[in-house]
Amino acid sequence: MDQLIKFYQTGTFTVGNRLLKSEQRSVQADMERTNSLNSGHRACQGCGEALGARYAIDAAMRATANQLIAVNATGCLEVFSTPYPETSWQVPWIHSLFGNAAAVASGVAAAQRALGRSAVRVIAQGGDGGTTDIGFGCLSGMFERNDDVLYICYDNEAYMNTGVQRSSATPPAARTATTPAMGPAPGNVFGTGKNVPLIAMAHRIPYVATASVANLRDLERKVTYAMGIEGARYIHIHVPCPLGWGSAPEDTIKVARLAVESGLFPLFEAHHGEITARTSIRAKVPVTDYLKLQKRFAHLFGNPPDAARLEHIQQIADRNIADFGLLH
Amino acid sequence: MDKPFAITLDVGSSLANKTGSWRTSRPVYLDRLPPCNHACPAGENIQAWLFHAESGDYEAAWSALTEDNPLPAIMGRVCYHPCEGACNRGQLDEAVGINSVERFLGDEALKRGWKFTPPKTESGKRVLVVGAGPSGLSAAYHLRRRGHFVRIVEAGPFAGGMMRFGIPKYRLPREILDAEVRRILDLGVELVLNTKVTDILDTMREGRFDAAFLAVGAHIAKRAYIPAGEAARMLDAVSVLRAMEGGEKPMLGRRVVVYGGGNTALDVARTAKRLGASEAIIVYRRTREKMPAHDFEVEEALQEGVLIRWLSTIRNMADEGTLTVEKMALDATGFPQPTGEIETLEADSLVLALGQDVDLSLLNGVPGLTLKDGTVQVGPNMMTGYAGIFAGGDMVPSERTVTVGVGHGKKAARNIDAWLAGTVYAAPPKHELAAFDKLNTWYYSDAPKTVRPMLDIARRTSTFDEVVHGLDETNALFEARRCLSCGNCFECDNCYGVCPDNAVIKLGPGKRFEFNYDYCKGCGLCVSECPCGAIRMQAETI
Repeated sequence: MDQLIKFYQTGTFTVGNRLLKSEQRSVQADMERTNSLNSGHRACQGCGEALGARYAIDAAMRATANQLIAVNATGCLEVFSTPYPETSWQVPWIHSLFGNAAAVASGVAAAQRALGRSAVRVIAQGGDGGTTDIGFGCLSGMFERNDDVLYICYDNEAYMNTGVQRSSATPPAARTATTPAMGPAPGNVFGTGKNVPLIAMAHRIPYVATASVANLRDLERKVTYAMGIEGARYIHIHVPCPLGWGSAPEDTIKVARLAVESGLFPLFEAHHGEITARTSIRAKVPVTDYLKLQKRFAHLFGNPPDAARLEHIQQIADRNIADFGLLH
Repeated sequence: MDKPFAITLDVGSSLANKTGSWRTSRPVYLDRLPPCNHACPAGENIQAWLFHAESGDYEAAWSALTEDNPLPAIMGRVCYHPCEGACNRGQLDEAVGINSVERFLGDEALKRGWKFTPPKTESGKRVLVVGAGPSGLSAAYHLRRRGHFVRIVEAGPFAGGMMRFGIPKYRLPREILDAEVRRILDLGVELVLNTKVTDILDTMREGRFDAAFLAVGAHIAKRAYIPAGEAARMLDAVSVLRAMEGGEKPMLGRRVVVYGGGNTALDVARTAKRLGASEAIIVYRRTREKMPAHDFEVEEALQEGVLIRWLSTIRNMADEGTLTVEKMALDATGFPQPTGEIETLEADSLVLALGQDVDLSLLNGVPGLTLKDGTVQVGPNMMTGYAGIFAGGDMVPSERTVTVGVGHGKKAARNIDAWLAGTVYAAPPKHELAAFDKLNTWYYSDAPKTVRPMLDIARRTSTFDEVVHGLDETNALFEARRCLSCGNCFECDNCYGVCPDNAVIKLGPGKRFEFNYDYCKGCGLCVSECPCGAIRMQAETI
């Protein structure tokens, strides 16, 4: 038997591919996808979070045969999708407070168990503010109890809903309303912030992964896998925010892609606290390619450019590449 | 009021919120012109037939291809494929091997016996085609498909023109040529051989033809004055290559010198090698960069042991076969100038390959024609100065390749068809070019070009077996799938997937997509992430 030709023009880089068998195609390519987050929501043009949420929840819906309940923290996603009395959600959905999404989800999961509805699965979701700062205690509790919840954090690296204030996910040098680009050390301070995926791993929960709106197939695979197992799971999705980052709405996916390709946002998976897989960088780019597209980093590209800080950010990317093994 | 505490409104869907009103510019789908199609002298819709080949539907691909060009198996061998030179993939890794896929489709059609669809109705009009070369055959095919009666009158003993009498067998096996000609004749095209048209107006009158397409080619070898002894053996390339088609092979001897720098010169030198010449030397007055012959032909000839003397002219040829050669040097304008430096070269025969002229005698007495530099001038509709007489191929000013000839035939057929109906053919407006900067090449898998196997050197220089082989099915499929589909939607679902507002409607396989402008906020993500550049933003009129 001759070797089979396994070349499909765009492979799995594109959302769909007519050359692939239907079972090999993405959820998003499906004409019958659930559109869990429907049209008419009030997210900004080119919103990465709206896109990431639909990618993730549609995949989870397919994985659970639509037996899904979503719990939402306060944040952009909650505000733009549910201005009273309208909702964009085509999935049972509940919002309580900013900081308690993980705890509410734990309760919803316990209620399903009590009712004997083993098929119904629970997702909690929120932005980086509701996850890495305000909801962090509840999140850690959900992890250590190994509650049967998938928590998804849509990370757009600041409090965008209230006017772009710094969060513990804001990257160094980024300008926000609370870290202005002025003084001797403009923008967010280097050496601050926390890496919640690694903290989640420290809880030794069954599954932790990072994903990006720039890599749909990778994201769908991770969500689908997470819905197939029990216990506490965490997926951290990088979602550019055109408004807060000062990037063009049409560049949302490009910016997300450059974050991955530069090494600033590593894509990996971990089981029970051990990293088990990483998504290789396809074509490495310098961090400046990523930073230049965003006005929140414009102060680094003045005349003369801020070579020291640019170099520092490059070192962060290089260290990620080395630590996670992002180049084969 | 049986609503819960503090609830005053019914739950509604956000679909009530028509976010399309936010938009200041809107995305629109469009087809851009792929550079391959733009470069194809035969006007093939390459991207369209590759699209079918990508999914393995070779018959649909062949049908789409032969809408424009009825000779794909020939074209896949002899075309100089300007499409590949223009291919955007060339800027990514290597151009798509369009020519080899075309050949695969052509061969597949012959193997499987695919036929053209005959016309459904007869128009009652009669068209005379003079010359059964690529141009004449192409015109006959397109005219017949439009329901006209077509008779081809050919002066030679076989159809094919320069494809038979100019292109050697090792580049175009004759059974391929015969099969593709036969398929055109099977449409009901009449072919009359061994008949030279001497007076076009007479022939048209006698045959009651409503229009004529002339494509007699350029078969008269150009001469250069080279003083030569009486016993010196001097031939011309056209008669050497023509003689290869007869029973008597030309006697060229052991040492053959060819004078000229075009593809014909290379064809003769390579033919001489195959006939047993120990030396085949091309003498050309300029440099390789200036040589009109195509690079791959030069390369193949050099591999086969053909020698080339650059910057040389032949001054004379003595009886015993000694050629006097003068070295040249390029001047500031790139034109060769004699240096006075003389060398000699031994040769049993000298073949002149200095270009060809057109035999225009059939046009004697036709009023209104414009002749210039030995060719007939035609308008943009391929019509000569005499109403109803059209011309194309090598006899009109052109690049003189098989592909250009086929293109002329098609274009003339369209215009003749319109002229017969008393109308004027209006070509549809050309789409804007799908230039490389319109693509998002991130989405294409990395894949270098498939190389076509070549015949061993030993057999290449001793036999007339075909030098370049075709791709097999898996290779051809791989190659077709390297196409970037520049400027034309190939249904990758990216727009459908990346829209944060679900404002792209997927219409199903083969039906592409539509925008839902009720909800499209005009962010432009679909435009940025479309791999092939088939969406454009345009400002809203506010």
